[in-house]
Amino acid sequence: MLRDITLGQYYPADSVIHKLDPRVKLFSTMVYIISLFCFRGIAALVVATIFLVIVIRSSKVPFKFMVKGLKAIVILMLITALFNLFLTPGKTVVSFWVFKITEEGAKNAALMAVRLTYLILGASIMTLTTTPNQLTDGLEKSLMPLSKIGVPVHAIAMMMSIALRFIPILIEETDKIMKAQMARGADFESGNLFQRVKNMIPLLVPLFISAFRRADDLAMAMEARCYNGGVGRTKMKPLHYEGRDKRAYLIVLGYFALVMVCRIYFPFPM
Amino acid sequence: MGIIRAKQLVHEYIRRDEEGNVESIETALDHVDLDVEQGQFIAILGHNGSGKSTLAKHINALLTPTEGSLWVGDMDVSKEENILPVRRTAGMVFQNPDNQIVASVVEEDVGFGPENIGVPTEEIWRRVEKSLKDVGMLAYRHHSPNKLSGGQKQRVAIAGVVAMEPKCIVFDEPTAMLDPNGRKEVIRTAHALNKEKGVTVILITHYMEEVVDADRIIVMDQGKIVMQGTPREIFSAVGKLKEYRLDVPQITVLADLLRQAGLDIPVGVLKREELLQHILRIAQVEKSGEVS
Repeated sequence: MLRDITLGQYYPADSVIHKLDPRVKLFSTMVYIISLFCFRGIAALVVATIFLVIVIRSSKVPFKFMVKGLKAIVILMLITALFNLFLTPGKTVVSFWVFKITEEGAKNAALMAVRLTYLILGASIMTLTTTPNQLTDGLEKSLMPLSKIGVPVHAIAMMMSIALRFIPILIEETDKIMKAQMARGADFESGNLFQRVKNMIPLLVPLFISAFRRADDLAMAMEARCYNGGVGRTKMKPLHYEGRDKRAYLIVLGYFALVMVCRIYFPFPM
Repeated sequence: MGIIRAKQLVHEYIRRDEEGNVESIETALDHVDLDVEQGQFIAILGHNGSGKSTLAKHINALLTPTEGSLWVGDMDVSKEENILPVRRTAGMVFQNPDNQIVASVVEEDVGFGPENIGVPTEEIWRRVEKSLKDVGMLAYRHHSPNKLSGGQKQRVAIAGVVAMEPKCIVFDEPTAMLDPNGRKEVIRTAHALNKEKGVTVILITHYMEEVVDADRIIVMDQGKIVMQGTPREIFSAVGKLKEYRLDVPQITVLADLLRQAGLDIPVGVLKREELLQHILRIAQVEKSGEVS
């Protein structure tokens, strides 16, 4: 179950999307998410879908790989859809006991599911095609103006990249501890929710201790390699905009404009 | 003049209670004198808690001496402004390969050190390529470290240090968490760096088989240097090593037993080939004795 989380994993391939500057990808993902939450009408949905399909195609990341990432958020999607389905006021279509499903509710639920799915797909394209280091480099450079008002941008970026690096390691470790506890009779799979959460404690304590130990080791290893908080640091892969990055910006802005046009002129049937 | 010189080096771990009163003092290094020449391959042996890792962390300025002095090149490690230059001169490879790899792609991790010391971009790429080639990991440059074996990860960590072009590399039990194959890879890499690049190597370990090729062995016990010499000298003193709870290479033990059984084998045999030659020689002598 834990291994299925593809968010934050890099998928190496040689594609246009991989080669883009991380800042372009960050910006595009943001624009895409905004467009998802303000589109209206079937035409805009079609545009968003086509755009997503083209990007997925050109990223050369197998679609199956991305769907795996969706599995982890199925529950979240179900909850949102259910809330929308039952709690939206409007024209009642079906009603039983205290529940009633409204036309608007059904529409909202479907739309929300589509939006969340597209959002996760869009975000995972970014993380799948960008190495965590590039991603944090991109964030660091985009947020650099904030360092003037005292935001520790470099430290935040470094923390993010280390967190991403250690996700798979800690997952593996959780698995190992879980098996070790299960071998000694621990039960993680039965009982109600509260019991299960309680049963997790013997899992979390060793996990935290080991995470702290790792953090300590890593800090020492980084210090040993002359890390001193980003002062006078050079970059192995400095960020430069190239022709394709500019074209990508134009395409994304074009896409956004198209969605907006659809929203204004063809806001049917929603 | 050696590249690393310690004079009467003392380090104490002081444990304090919540009010800041001293609870206990543990002397990890007890007046250690050390002089390492540039280009040497030094092995430090000792069981757990003998102070060998503490000594290693001093060479990299991760710890500062409580008393005495330690010089790396012509820099005093206890001076604040020397810390970064000292770390550039003496790199360090740690025990756990997972906990010292910073980046999620091999080549980016190797570039981490040079980035920190402000090497220009093109030079970083040149160094990354060269040091990955030196440790034989160039083919894996685009891989994620998570998918590598322990020995490979450790070689990536070594490349990360080599890319900073230090004069000296301290290996702090680099093989303790590896399988036999990984151990061989790492030790071979350390020797290659020493022979081909002239890098001074200080190898801390408790596997005896790894130190037979060292120029000099230092044995530590309870924070003190208790024995020093060539591998042959050290391993001749089987009894003394046992006292410090250290083992002797299996081949040396076998040679010792054979000698006690009356065979003509000298003390301090270290390698399998060496023992084989002695045995063949003895067999030859016996054969010719039979013929005449």
